[in-house]
Amino acid sequence: MDVQLWTWLLVGLSFALYFGIAIWARASSTKDFYIAGSGVSPLANGMATAADWMSAASFISMAGIISFIGYDGSVFLMGWTGGYVLLALLLAPYLRKFGKFTVPDFIGDRYYSNAARTVAIVCALIVSFTYVAGQMRGVGIVFSQFLQVEITNGVLIGMAVVLVFAFLGGMKGITYTQVAQYCVLIFAFMVPAIFISIQMTGNPIPQFGMGSQLENGTYLLDKLDNLHTQLGFREYTDGSKSTWDVFAITLALMAGTSGLPHVIVRFFTVPKVRDARKSAGYALLLIAVLYTTAPAVAVFARTNLIETVMDKEYSSLPTWFRNWENTGLIAWTDKNKDGKIQYSNSNAVIGKPEFTEARGANNERLVSNASNTENELYVDRDIMVLANPEIAKLPNWVIALVAAGGLAAALSTAAGLLLVISTSISHDLLKKQLMPEITDKQELLAARISILLAVLVAGLFGIYPPGFVAAVVALAFGLAAASFFPAIVLGIFDKRMNKEGAVAGMVVGISIMLFYMIRFKTGFFGVEPLPASEWWFGTSPEGFGVVAMALNIITALVISRLTPAPPQEVQNIVEDIRIPSGAGEASQH
Amino acid sequence: MKTRTNAQAYWRANLKYLLILLSIWFLVSFGAGILFKDSLDEIRLGGFKLGFWFAQQGSIYVFVILIFIYIHLMNKLDKKHGYSE
Repeated sequence: MDVQLWTWLLVGLSFALYFGIAIWARASSTKDFYIAGSGVSPLANGMATAADWMSAASFISMAGIISFIGYDGSVFLMGWTGGYVLLALLLAPYLRKFGKFTVPDFIGDRYYSNAARTVAIVCALIVSFTYVAGQMRGVGIVFSQFLQVEITNGVLIGMAVVLVFAFLGGMKGITYTQVAQYCVLIFAFMVPAIFISIQMTGNPIPQFGMGSQLENGTYLLDKLDNLHTQLGFREYTDGSKSTWDVFAITLALMAGTSGLPHVIVRFFTVPKVRDARKSAGYALLLIAVLYTTAPAVAVFARTNLIETVMDKEYSSLPTWFRNWENTGLIAWTDKNKDGKIQYSNSNAVIGKPEFTEARGANNERLVSNASNTENELYVDRDIMVLANPEIAKLPNWVIALVAAGGLAAALSTAAGLLLVISTSISHDLLKKQLMPEITDKQELLAARISILLAVLVAGLFGIYPPGFVAAVVALAFGLAAASFFPAIVLGIFDKRMNKEGAVAGMVVGISIMLFYMIRFKTGFFGVEPLPASEWWFGTSPEGFGVVAMALNIITALVISRLTPAPPQEVQNIVEDIRIPSGAGEASQH
Repeated sequence: MKTRTNAQAYWRANLKYLLILLSIWFLVSFGAGILFKDSLDEIRLGGFKLGFWFAQQGSIYVFVILIFIYIHLMNKLDKKHGYSE
């Protein structure tokens, strides 16, 4: 069977499975809808958390990015896993004991103030929307690459699928669908990795294969370092970011991870405090499977790519090269007219390649914006995971499996985020603030309507991606680190923290983060962002979350000491959440 | 009053565990993987330079182990103070 047929088959089967689960796990109350009735087992919750967490970015882009930036890519590996240690030790058990539905619930009650709740809702919406837009785009890209449909149609199909299982099942449906999606995505990620590891090093475990010897006795990583030096890149195992920036980005990603509302809310779905701890453990274990394999995939893919193309005749290249060239994600310009591919460390084209309709002497696609450097090859980072099985000449069903896995990763994350958005609107905003008298049934209806609206907005972002989306997804972590993380941790560990301190801290943190982001990354209404040389103390916008977080904490501590202590009943809440027993069921009141 | 002292002792023990576990968390990632990466790279672990290995592999393994140690310690602590259910 050809790849196309396999892809339709595997994607179709996995979608049928998700629909079946969604129908089986319909939600009947707001509690089912928001937190799956607090009845999910720790292992199932761990799997759902892992699928929720591992997005299109983790599945498709991360290994590709690492394979191009080598050691610097460690910030994602450590940042996105280390955050779970903070989550398990500092947040999850206490939030479960607190026993409400959402993060704004906690902030609102702990800081006895609707202003604090509103600030938290706004932060949750900003973080979730920036994140979900990237997911819908990811769905569109996978569909268009593998099933030859337009990106727009791909996004529409994705919207319809997410809508069905989120709409029917709420958190309950999403949780059990995510369990299935975890299995699909991890299988799809591991199979090609294991195949390629055996092919290159003879070791079936990619984590070990990465550090193994090749047939001729040299270590794979040494060989890659050598190839890099030859081509004028920095050694693969050495980075080009400053130590401070690597430190700052890693810490911002960690704190941001543990402050992301769609991750935190998962710990409300288990029955007891000890289950919350346990599911954080399972979640990280299951996430670590992919996160320790990804750097191995990156090394394999990088070596394979360089070996396949370096100084080779264009006409002798395998078909995958031309396939990806046709999608515009690979481009080659024969600058010295020798018919061979020269690859080195500089930009082959200015920005992204712009193709003309014409073909060159070797029948390659011509680009109109070639740069004047010696490098002739442009390769989009995102294709490494998708193209890897083809580059390694794996069977067709493995290539198709990667498509199904990429879709599982994107859809599960999108569903989790959409639920947070709808909860923020129907529960935090409507029920808790604007219309407290609505019944459970009406609230459930409101939740479903807001999920429909959220899907539509997310889909629009996916079809017409505003330029800032790509830039902002990475910064969602900085925003979460600068706003929620300190407010929640201080709320648990500092009994004296009061509403004045927490609100001031969150406002200072998120404002300065937004300011820095706009100034140095996204620009604003025609104002160009400033270049890296202007960064404060050499801190990149991605790493600035740490600075904003520190300012949040300092502001909160100082202001809280200058203003009255929180009321006695709030201090009692804090003492109560520190003790694990008697968590009972999550409740609204 | 007795429950209050019990709760305070429980909380102090919890904070002590957190301090120890988070120190290890910091050492393997920010220490071995970032701050001391260059000197650790002098040491080799098979085909890996040690600092690089910590940054892309080792720290993640330690993170997983840390959470499971925490789960174990806290379950025991819950029992000792009568909070387990």
